[in-house]
Amino acid sequence: MAGYILRRLLQAIPVFFGTTFLIYFMVFAMPGDPILALFGDKTPSPALVAQLRAQYHLDQPFIVQYFIYIGGIFQGNFGMSYSGQPVSEILLRTFPVTLRLAVLALFFETVFGILVGLISGLRKGKLFDGSSLVVSLILISLPIFVIAFVAQYVFGVQLGWARTTVGPGAPIQDLILPALVLASISFAQIVRLTRSSVIETSSLDFVRTAYGKGLSRNRIVPVHILRNSLIPVVTYLATDFGVLLVGATVTEGIFNVPGVGNTLYQAIIRSEGPTVVSFVTVMVLLYLVVNLIVDLLYGLLDPRIRYVK
Amino acid sequence: MSNDLTERTVGEASPPSSNHFVAPLEETPLVAIDVVKVAEKPSNLWIDAWRDARRRPIFWISGALILLVCVVALFPWLFTNVPPNNDCQLINSNGGPTSGHILGFTKQGCDVYSRIINGTSTSLAVGIIVIVLTTFLGIIFGAFAGFYGGATDAFLSRIGDIFFSIPYILAAVVIMSVLVNYRSVWTISLAIGLFAWPATARVLRAEILRVKNSDFVMASEALGVSSLRILLRHVLPNSIAPVIAITTISLAAAIVAEATLSFLGVGLGSSIMSWGNDINQAQRDLRTNPQTLIYPSLALSITVFAFILMGEVIRDALDPKARALR
Repeated sequence: MAGYILRRLLQAIPVFFGTTFLIYFMVFAMPGDPILALFGDKTPSPALVAQLRAQYHLDQPFIVQYFIYIGGIFQGNFGMSYSGQPVSEILLRTFPVTLRLAVLALFFETVFGILVGLISGLRKGKLFDGSSLVVSLILISLPIFVIAFVAQYVFGVQLGWARTTVGPGAPIQDLILPALVLASISFAQIVRLTRSSVIETSSLDFVRTAYGKGLSRNRIVPVHILRNSLIPVVTYLATDFGVLLVGATVTEGIFNVPGVGNTLYQAIIRSEGPTVVSFVTVMVLLYLVVNLIVDLLYGLLDPRIRYVK
Repeated sequence: MSNDLTERTVGEASPPSSNHFVAPLEETPLVAIDVVKVAEKPSNLWIDAWRDARRRPIFWISGALILLVCVVALFPWLFTNVPPNNDCQLINSNGGPTSGHILGFTKQGCDVYSRIINGTSTSLAVGIIVIVLTTFLGIIFGAFAGFYGGATDAFLSRIGDIFFSIPYILAAVVIMSVLVNYRSVWTISLAIGLFAWPATARVLRAEILRVKNSDFVMASEALGVSSLRILLRHVLPNSIAPVIAITTISLAAAIVAEATLSFLGVGLGSSIMSWGNDINQAQRDLRTNPQTLIYPSLALSITVFAFILMGEVIRDALDPKARALR
């Protein structure tokens, strides 16, 4: 196990430097002078330009700039937003809201997804299976912002069941509709994954043995079939975290949820480049950490994983 | 086979008086074990897949939809004569359907139907450029990583990991934010494709790891075939099926990515007709004029749905294991 953890951590190091370098490179190797762009049409005095250049380390070689930036990240300094607030401060304020939304969405998608997938798998080829297949294919085809707008229009504007935008403090009852929208992207994938996994597990020998021993179906389905079918679903949830981040950006933007995603969304539509880059970096780092943790947990849960080179 | 022959041996070929139970060679008629139709072309994975796919109604439904999308994209003038951008009159702003303008007008007084028809080619072009790019990069990285293994694999796979670790829409947001002045179908496709290929590479690498241990690869090695030739001639053609299987679904994902980026306002310039742009423009009028938002969304969703359905059919057809799950 220690070897596995060490190997996995060592693998994460080049990926960490690679991703941050890539983002940094994309922004700073692009045409145009960022300092001159700050002034728009006006021409700043050369002294001011030189001062700003020194302040943002733009007079240093590219690679030095990158390491200054990385050093900042390690000290929790993710840069300044357009309005002059430190990004880390905004994060502290908005992250709890996003976490609440994400947990709620994860709850909806796993509970409903696994339930529907299990029933479909157990009744393969029946009416329920067919309709859940059609519904999940339709859900996969609908882009998240379309689902968000339809939900907002139908439940918010027409039926008046939910508020179209989330109120201050983001109370849980306001977050239910955005969370359902966010959950809908992965719901379909979880249904399909659970279904195929349940079908595969049901045909294995130990399930037949369990039936042969005379165990009741009520015991076989949850204990023998479901538990052994969930491994691919758990793996999927980890890789799906990126989709959740992008989805949260769009959903929070549309429902005006005051979270991390909304901050990124607002920065994008106001084309505040530096803020966009800071928040994308934060999200990518978050994605890396979550995947690392899930991988380590996964190694703990399933011994087979540890030995795969 | 053995049953058949023993019965024949015991029952007919050997007389009751003789003692031997093993049939003498000259007495045993040579029986065809399996009927091989020599006249027919030998079946392979692709022929099997085609036979499987064409039996399914959703193959024909999604095929017809995709064909329709392609025809609309290539020949938009067959479907509408109204210019999408140059005939906008503010007097029609947010107007309902009239004769000749069946889906009503946008806020700028442009014909919604014409804008949808003329936006089709954008979506399709982005989808196609992205999958050409991701398949190309994915094959190069996946094939060399899987086939050569060792340090090559470690190096190429880490590069893939780096690109895979940045969700491709977020990466494209950064690229397109930087490329404010260079927004076009090409740059947006590049921005999406540049970060979407590791998925293809991973699929191909896994399949090549499986195929390269086959007997026919060993046979080629024994014959002294060069390793690059083994890869290109024997391993790659036998591992390409899963890549093809995910291509159609990747195309759908690329169309969604373009629409999402345009919706966020970092996609295509407003002069380029795109469903995402139209949805972005219409969102402010959701309460007063929802159809300007609903119709482009519907066009987008139906197109994506067609490609997703086709992707399902192709994946099922190329993967015998998936067939069993139906």
